[in-house]
Amino acid sequence: MTSPIISIKNVTKKYPGVVAVDDVSFDIMPNEFFALLGPSGCGKTTLLRMIAGLETSGTGDIIVDGQNMEGVPANQRPVNMVFQSYAVFPHMSVRNNVAYGLKVTGIAPAEIKPRVEEALEMVQMGAMADRKPDQLSGGQRQRVALARALVKRPKVLLLDEPLSALDAKLREHMQLELARLQQVIGITFIIVTHDQDEALSMADRIAVMERGGVRQIAGPEELYEKPHSRFVADFIGKINLIDATVSGTSNAGVTCLAKGLGRVVVPHDGTASGSVSLAVRPEKLTLSDKAPSSASDISAKGVIRDVAYYGDVSNVFVTCADGLELAVNVQNDRAAAGLLENGREVYASWHPSDTLILEE
Amino acid sequence: MARRKSTRGPLDYGKSPWLILFGMVTFVLLYAPIAQLIAFSFNDSKRNIVWRGFTTKYYAKAWNDASLVEAFVNSMTIAVMCTVIATIIGTATALWLWRFRFPAKSAVEGVMVLPIVIPEICMGVAVLVLYSRVGNWMRGFETGPIHWWNELFSVWPLNLGAITAAHIAFSFPFVAVVVRSRLAGFNREFEEASKDLGASEWQTFWNVVLPFMMPGVIAGALLSFTLSLDDFVITFFTAGPETNTFPVKVYSLVRRGVSPDINAASTVLIVITLVATIIAMRMQAPSKIEG
Repeated sequence: MTSPIISIKNVTKKYPGVVAVDDVSFDIMPNEFFALLGPSGCGKTTLLRMIAGLETSGTGDIIVDGQNMEGVPANQRPVNMVFQSYAVFPHMSVRNNVAYGLKVTGIAPAEIKPRVEEALEMVQMGAMADRKPDQLSGGQRQRVALARALVKRPKVLLLDEPLSALDAKLREHMQLELARLQQVIGITFIIVTHDQDEALSMADRIAVMERGGVRQIAGPEELYEKPHSRFVADFIGKINLIDATVSGTSNAGVTCLAKGLGRVVVPHDGTASGSVSLAVRPEKLTLSDKAPSSASDISAKGVIRDVAYYGDVSNVFVTCADGLELAVNVQNDRAAAGLLENGREVYASWHPSDTLILEE
Repeated sequence: MARRKSTRGPLDYGKSPWLILFGMVTFVLLYAPIAQLIAFSFNDSKRNIVWRGFTTKYYAKAWNDASLVEAFVNSMTIAVMCTVIATIIGTATALWLWRFRFPAKSAVEGVMVLPIVIPEICMGVAVLVLYSRVGNWMRGFETGPIHWWNELFSVWPLNLGAITAAHIAFSFPFVAVVVRSRLAGFNREFEEASKDLGASEWQTFWNVVLPFMMPGVIAGALLSFTLSLDDFVITFFTAGPETNTFPVKVYSLVRRGVSPDINAASTVLIVITLVATIIAMRMQAPSKIEG
């Protein structure tokens, strides 16, 4: 088994009155595209900056490629960062920006030139090498920031919300571009983002953070399909959370008494007890104007309260008994055509195995 | 009530005839004296009353007046020395206030701008009192082992030291304020990026911070240059009998009536000040490059 490129061990960082990073430990493997995902203020950026050495005075150990970073200043760490504002030096040309990190560390000019060219080609900015940053678009500036970090040949590239300043189309394009770059160069990328789509589409593994702590680390699919907690389930995509009380466990699964649904049996590994949430993704639900034929399906009768139309899909909100609100994702195909009207009586149903029991 | 239909937009004050007139009058009152001063420097007459034809002979006359030239050279020398030192001190102060957090920082910032706000006459008196004390104290060295000290300070340009020091004292806060406001627009991520890329603290300062604040430094330097060049009040209080600056000299000449050669010399000073001010304003204009 390969050893991790980065080991984070019991890292804590306190600011007066707040704990920004709260006893976090995890490993990141070589060549991994790793995302730190969470709402603003969850400590993800602080953690990234601690890896870069820009945030000091925390406790715990950060080990990069077998070397403890304790006491190693930012300018001597084998990691480089792409800043949220890109921080491309305004008074230097693109070429000089990229060459900067090599010049200040005393690399021979003969070596700098080809490395700068190579880095600029890598981000397709070779033609703009003599421009000043104020002559570049946001996306181009970001490419310069990327080239400037990559030319240093870091062991790990850190990206702090790199796409947040770009418009939606460009953001999508850069997501693919970053994923491509990471595969071509074959180094570890750690990206900080609050955008779950970004994390899901790019990262190999994602650490979901909340209030300084890591709630779950998993691949995108596992994180989406098998969240461990209400927070993760709710933060990654949309989900229906239904209050329920466990009444018994059998071979068939866990029997619960759920709000608006009555007695349901949900397959579940392990045990559950007390108050739980039943979680089911909106796209797992189907709407019909007839009661479902399969008796094993969980179903609820309700009235369509609202329909949000998105072109390919519609988000339908159904009010059921007991004040239960269900969100349903409906493909806008022919079957849905006559069905989606406010006030219409419908049955929302799903397969029990699509239901998760969340205790946290 | 019938309303007159206005062709003006809600904030279109520029079209109001009264406002235009008001503006014009203000401009005339502000600049007519200066325009007259410049115009009459070319007037072929001993008096500044009637225009008698164009001449540049008063420029030549001013140029040949040894004491006027000496005062002018003194002023320029003081201004240059003051600019260099005030710029260094002011920039250092701005950096210190920007970079570090320390107790009573806001108090320090307030005290620092005092020389800008306190009346010049008070500053002049204060400096005079200080210098007379220092002078008394230094006279004690005349018989002592370091009496060369006093001789040293009677040699040009060190004999201008007293005035220069006073000029530095009132002009460095201007430099500090200008540089500080420039630094306020500095994105700390530039500094972090520089360090992240392997630069040391010094390399970061020279390659990233200094180029960014340079327009502010140059603007502050030109500001202190013009402030020093045309200062009268504080200089009047600190100038010794042997040292004269241009504004003080002009004042002493004017008491015997304004002659056109004073006009000529003043015009030269106006041009120098104007050029410096224009450059300073250009430098201070918000940079097209976003910070």
